[in-house]
Amino acid sequence: MKTFKLGGVHPAANKLSDKAPIELAAVPSLVAIPMAQNLGAPSKAVVAKGDKVKVGTVIGEPGGFLSSFIHSSVSGTVEKVDFVEDATGRRVPAVFIKVEGDEWEESIDRSKDIVKEIKLEKQEIIDRVKACGIVGMGGATFPTQVKLAPPPTAKPECVIINAVECEPYLTSDHSLMLAHPEEILIGVQILEKAMGVKKAYVGIEANKPDAIKLMTETAKKGFPEIEIVPLQLKYPQGGEKQLINAVIGKEVPSGGLPIMTGALVQNVGTAFVVYEAVQKNKPLIERIVTVTGKSVKKPSNFQARIGVPIQQLIEAAGGLPEDTGKVISGGPMMGKAMPDTNSYMVKGCSGILIMKNEEARRRDASPCIKCGKCVHACPMGLQPNFLSRYSELGMLAEAEEERIYDCIECGSCMFTCPANRPLLDWIRQGKPKVMGILRQRAADAKAKADAERAAAEAARKAKEAEAEAAEHHAKTEETHADVNEHLMKQSGPMPEDAAKK
Amino acid sequence: MLNVSLSPHVHSGNSTQKCMGQVLVGLSLALLWSFWQFGLGAVVVTVSSVAFCVLFEFLITRFLMNEKTRLDDLSAVVTGVLLAFNVPSNLPIWIIAIGALVAIGVGKMAFGGIGANIFNPALVGRVFLLIAYPVQMTTWPVEAGYADVATGATPLALFKMGNYEALPDALDMLIGQTGGAMGEISALALLIGGIYMLVRKTITWHIPVAVLVSAFVFAFAFYGCPKLALMQLLSGGMILGAFFMATDYVSSPMNSRGQLLYGVMIGFLTIVIRRFGAYPEGMSFAILIMNAFTPLINKYVKPQRFGVAKK
Repeated sequence: MKTFKLGGVHPAANKLSDKAPIELAAVPSLVAIPMAQNLGAPSKAVVAKGDKVKVGTVIGEPGGFLSSFIHSSVSGTVEKVDFVEDATGRRVPAVFIKVEGDEWEESIDRSKDIVKEIKLEKQEIIDRVKACGIVGMGGATFPTQVKLAPPPTAKPECVIINAVECEPYLTSDHSLMLAHPEEILIGVQILEKAMGVKKAYVGIEANKPDAIKLMTETAKKGFPEIEIVPLQLKYPQGGEKQLINAVIGKEVPSGGLPIMTGALVQNVGTAFVVYEAVQKNKPLIERIVTVTGKSVKKPSNFQARIGVPIQQLIEAAGGLPEDTGKVISGGPMMGKAMPDTNSYMVKGCSGILIMKNEEARRRDASPCIKCGKCVHACPMGLQPNFLSRYSELGMLAEAEEERIYDCIECGSCMFTCPANRPLLDWIRQGKPKVMGILRQRAADAKAKADAERAAAEAARKAKEAEAEAAEHHAKTEETHADVNEHLMKQSGPMPEDAAKK
Repeated sequence: MLNVSLSPHVHSGNSTQKCMGQVLVGLSLALLWSFWQFGLGAVVVTVSSVAFCVLFEFLITRFLMNEKTRLDDLSAVVTGVLLAFNVPSNLPIWIIAIGALVAIGVGKMAFGGIGANIFNPALVGRVFLLIAYPVQMTTWPVEAGYADVATGATPLALFKMGNYEALPDALDMLIGQTGGAMGEISALALLIGGIYMLVRKTITWHIPVAVLVSAFVFAFAFYGCPKLALMQLLSGGMILGAFFMATDYVSSPMNSRGQLLYGVMIGFLTIVIRRFGAYPEGMSFAILIMNAFTPLINKYVKPQRFGVAKK
């Protein structure tokens, strides 16, 4: 079975909710929809207090090139636009909507029929994806319309769907595949059409045999160009670079875009919402979220509207247990620990993981025994022990030489470290500093090149002007000489000359 | 109040203590074999060596360095067992105490304790004893007992003398019915322990395989006979060194390429010393020499990178 070539670890899968079907989470009486839900610029709220909205009404517009539309996930009245704390405790503006009924925009096709025929053309698909506020559903929330329009130098060859779900505990993608295999595959075809390619792969890890079976069977019925690829269980297979490597064997060059390998990677959840957007005109107003944890009474997969209080989802899964030590947005390997449970559901929230007190604490670090386990675990071929030490000591030149900028922050090094050292904490401190130096150096080099070009241009111009002047001068001299000669011929020798003689 | 920290939020549960525990389990079969082969002597040597190593580490961390002792990481116990494995089973206890003091005091704590030492502590102790007490260190008992036992030439001594006909049967050498250092004699028991550590992922295959393959190749080149080359692998501290001494975390390189280079060099140096050196055994010296190169290897031998084309 295929997998990526370097490193990797095997955290306990703990897929507690993999048998739980998708449940519809209740629509609360008040939602708060944050205006910063995607990678890139936050969106700008375009509604104000008192405005009536329906499900699917645009309430936020892109705040830049790398940004997204945001739609109301409920119908009702805008109560206020105010700051809320997001999952990491950062204050972001949000639109609060008091829920009244559940009225949807008429343009949205709410029927259960599966629409197979893709009527939209390439650019129309991209425009629709943008209009529906689609972002990467794996957690990175990269605005999808930007990813679907790669630089002209890229030559797309295939679409790779990330259905790996290598994060322990999370089952949102798994449950989605079991519930909507056909819609997902149509979504994949839409992505193929948008990219102008005729081949797609769906990478699924081997611990989801039911999903592999169902997706393979579904693909046989009318999706000949989509190949379901079972992958050997290994974290971080869901990393974009690792997935491309596992499925088509290519390596994303260091510092380059994944599309340079010819592969466009999209999450399976993204394929599903692209289907809904393109075939049903349904904006991204809800998603599947796993609420799980060893102490959680009822580990569940919810279909929840964006803006629903996290607290409500935890209640629906049996409430926050007494001995809770940590609540994580996302999975245990790369998720973010929340300071409290007062935040609201966002597009990128694939799971809410509740950890008991004893699970939540890190053990004390002991001296590095130089076992090299972190080096063997690193999927990027880095030496995390050195990187961490260099960051700690501020040795940025050495950190750069050891390619700290290639770190994907998967946490495999820290997971495996027998001495329990906070390797990734330190690397995270050093990486942005080195990236900053690299950017500065690139900017300086560009400025220098520009200045040199400008200087060369100026020198060239000056030279030209000089040459022109010289030419002019020569011409003038010539004229003078002519005139002199002419005059001399006319008047004979000059008087002084005559006198000398 | 919720706990907030950066990811990852889970840990493999591995610890220094567990790694060292796995090494001890790996060594246990060979240890039992030496008890069987050498009887009481082996027990006395092992127990005193471990006890002295632990005691010296405790005393040094507690009273000289004024630090929290880390005896629970079991690394001092591993050093103790490895030191015992490298000495004859009738070595006087006071010599063992000196060996333990040099191993722990000079080999390990002088550099700052676990993780900071350059050389394998057990080998530092062993080589010190070999040079300081050459007679006691090379008088190998061939049968059970502690004092006044018959002694005989080890296979490596026979190699040195060029007396190839007197070499014991290869099968005896594999099982360990020959004279030699306490823990070195049974290649089979050590191999099983080594394989256990590979299965448990305590160590990776790179160092032991590189050592053994390289030693075989060079032994074949220098002795010109595959059987003798194989005997070289089974004799002395070759298997113990390849699986348990050269793979010492702290003193070996960290990435696979470095480990392969390190292993190949150890195999080469061992055979060169055995064939051309003054001592019959070269494993300890080879490992110590390569220990000294480890920082250099770590600096210049980079791992295989992802997404970086080969130059």
